Amino acid sequence: MTKYKMYLLVCGGTGCRASASDSIVENLKQELETKGLQDEVQVLMTGCFGFCEKGPIVKVQPDNTFYTQVKPEDCAEIIEEHIVKGRKVNRLLYEDPENKKHIEDSKHMNFYKKQIRIALRNCGFIDPENVDEYIARDGYSALGKCLSELTPKDVVDQIKESGLRGRGGGGFPTGLKWEIAAKNEADQKYVVCNADEGDPGAFMDRSILEGDPHAVLEAMAICGYSMGATKGLIYIRAEYPLAIKRLKIALEQAREYGLLGTDILGTGFEFDIEIRYGAGAFVCGEETSLIHSMEGLRGEPTIKPPYPAEKGYLGKPTNVNNVETYANITAIINKGANWFNKIGTEKSKGTKVFALAGKINNVGLIEVPMGTTLREVIFEIGGGIKDGKKFKAVQTGGPSGGCLTEKHLDTPIDFDNLLAAGSMMGSGGMIVMDEDNCMVATAKFYLDFTVEESCGKCSPCRIGNKRLYELLDRITQGKAEMEDLQRLRNMCYVIKDTSLCGLGQTSPNPILSTLDNFWDEYVAHITDHKCPAGQCKDLMKYEVVEENCVGCTACARVCPVGAISGDKKQTHYIDPAICIKCGACEERCKFDAIIVK
Amino acid sequence: MAKIKTLADLKKMKEDLRSKVDLREKADSPESYVQIKVGMATSGIASGAKEIMDFLIEALEKRNIEAVVTQTGDMGYCFAEPTIEVKKPGEEPIVFGYVDTEKADEIIEKYIKLGELVEGIIPVNYQVIDEDK
Ligand SMILES: Cc1cc2nc3c(=O)[nH]c(=O)nc-3n(C[C@H](O)[C@H](O)[C@H](O)COP(=O)(O)O)c2cc1C
Repeated sequence: MTKYKMYLLVCGGTGCRASASDSIVENLKQELETKGLQDEVQVLMTGCFGFCEKGPIVKVQPDNTFYTQVKPEDCAEIIEEHIVKGRKVNRLLYEDPENKKHIEDSKHMNFYKKQIRIALRNCGFIDPENVDEYIARDGYSALGKCLSELTPKDVVDQIKESGLRGRGGGGFPTGLKWEIAAKNEADQKYVVCNADEGDPGAFMDRSILEGDPHAVLEAMAICGYSMGATKGLIYIRAEYPLAIKRLKIALEQAREYGLLGTDILGTGFEFDIEIRYGAGAFVCGEETSLIHSMEGLRGEPTIKPPYPAEKGYLGKPTNVNNVETYANITAIINKGANWFNKIGTEKSKGTKVFALAGKINNVGLIEVPMGTTLREVIFEIGGGIKDGKKFKAVQTGGPSGGCLTEKHLDTPIDFDNLLAAGSMMGSGGMIVMDEDNCMVATAKFYLDFTVEESCGKCSPCRIGNKRLYELLDRITQGKAEMEDLQRLRNMCYVIKDTSLCGLGQTSPNPILSTLDNFWDEYVAHITDHKCPAGQCKDLMKYEVVEENCVGCTACARVCPVGAISGDKKQTHYIDPAICIKCGACEERCKFDAIIVK
Repeated sequence: MAKIKTLADLKKMKEDLRSKVDLREKADSPESYVQIKVGMATSGIASGAKEIMDFLIEALEKRNIEAVVTQTGDMGYCFAEPTIEVKKPGEEPIVFGYVDTEKADEIIEKYIKLGELVEGIIPVNYQVIDEDK
């Protein structure tokens, strides 16, 4: 086997691939060949490095050099300078936003300093399309250990002992779930992986499947062993073509090695996995809907109990876990429950992967120990708010979660703290907002999403969410009354209490948390007809400042709807009834004569 | 691909494949290993830095010393090329000049293995080579 002296790891996550990492790999390989270095330096396409803000990323190992925003044209220089001459290509290095210094390697980047990678341990490290790389990293040894050294009950006990809780949103103790599924007797049982990932802005699960698909396959087999199931199903949305492709490759390679199939590792254990495609409906991430969708029925929820662990897929005991939950399993088996349960907080063990998005400098994928504070995540790892603006809120938990504020910044992140603060962990979306984000509009955005995604089976969710949306819409148009706020709150509680599934039971949360934390902002919309953040267009008014207007007519010429009138060298006038608030006039005016009120 | 029939087979396979990811794993926590940087600017290459690097990698492996060998640009000691910087875990880095394979061998045997100082150390007033370039 060739022993390489250096590696060029190219990020092959969906984001970086969209911006040409395929041709970067191609060019790097070609340049190496021209220099005759192909046997000394290996180019690998890996999963996501997480630092999506500055992709495509090329990481040089072993010196950890971290090149950002690499273009295919840069490859020749990387090879010539870095690989041949040992000189880093400074212009491609990451620049510290604070002191503008180039940071040479990923070990010195704030983005990585506080991260601990368990679920993402192989993402950005191995070639996900090569099972040998996974095996070299101890892959399938956890399954081997379970099959030959542990009884199914030992496995369940290990997972219980670890304190692992479900990463798909609810935070239910995983070991307990496995135990229930194991205890329910049946001729067939199923292991299901929930890879529906429907929260807007979330890409944790996709990145794990793209970067380390075998970790999920291996964990599902371990789960199968623990509960006595021989069949696994992965429910994944069809919009994830790259994750699906890598899963298929992984399945094929695992079968060829006999790590899936019959008589695995000579132990007589049998397990195989199928992929099922979802059409990208949010409600199909809810476990009963997911199961119905896999059965070929409409993707609608049913009342629990019975829980899937009793009566799931085809009426058989079924264990449903999230992708990230599974991604923790092999590490727990290999390193021990007591290693895992030392990381994190008292009731939330281990780490959590978050997708950082919004008005934050370092948009990307991170994994931090439970108990890390929001401040550390947003200001240290995330590099703070974009363009030096002021932090206003962070939305966690997606459409089921809420907005947390300045006063919550020092809250250690875990399942219970986030709930107590009026939001929730959810699957790990984290959207950061600055002073320009209107909180009423934010709540409206999420309600728009739930109205669209409600399956319509139960009336509180189908009708109620629509009414909530309409009320919010009235507020953002300045047409609401103060009594509407009470009506809004009451309706939120009714919908939460009476909806059939988790979708409706949590969809009012974005409203309740913004009412609690940003009451004044709601009031400003209603009584002053103003949007303090300047986001709600209906409440904005463009006006001409008479003293400044010289009558150059530039604004009237650029207005797309002819809302501006006035003769040459005369003060102009904007007709609010016609104005569509596009802002073109304000941009064009050279005399600061147009202002927004 | 042949089937992996037992856990023992899997373990053996893992050992055989280890070298695939070994270097990357060490690079992930470089502070726990001996880190060697070889000065490789144009003058370094001309004066044989590449051969030294290859020699170091092979010699360290043969002697089972876990180390990460990387290359770096001009160290600012062109007069003494080829130069290498050696940093043992928990210790300050030391730079050696005029390193040929014989010297490299001596550095491994005496400094890295036994902690004895060898001739050819360049006195320095810096922390890490790559800083504030
Ligand atoms: C509306 C709704 C959407 C959900 N979407 C997802 C999803 O996309 N992925 C997921 O893993 N869990 C989702 N869940 C949670 C699942 O119902 C279930 O609790 C989870 O898959 C269990 O796995 P875990 O214990 O490993 O978290 C959703 C729940 C609701 C109510």
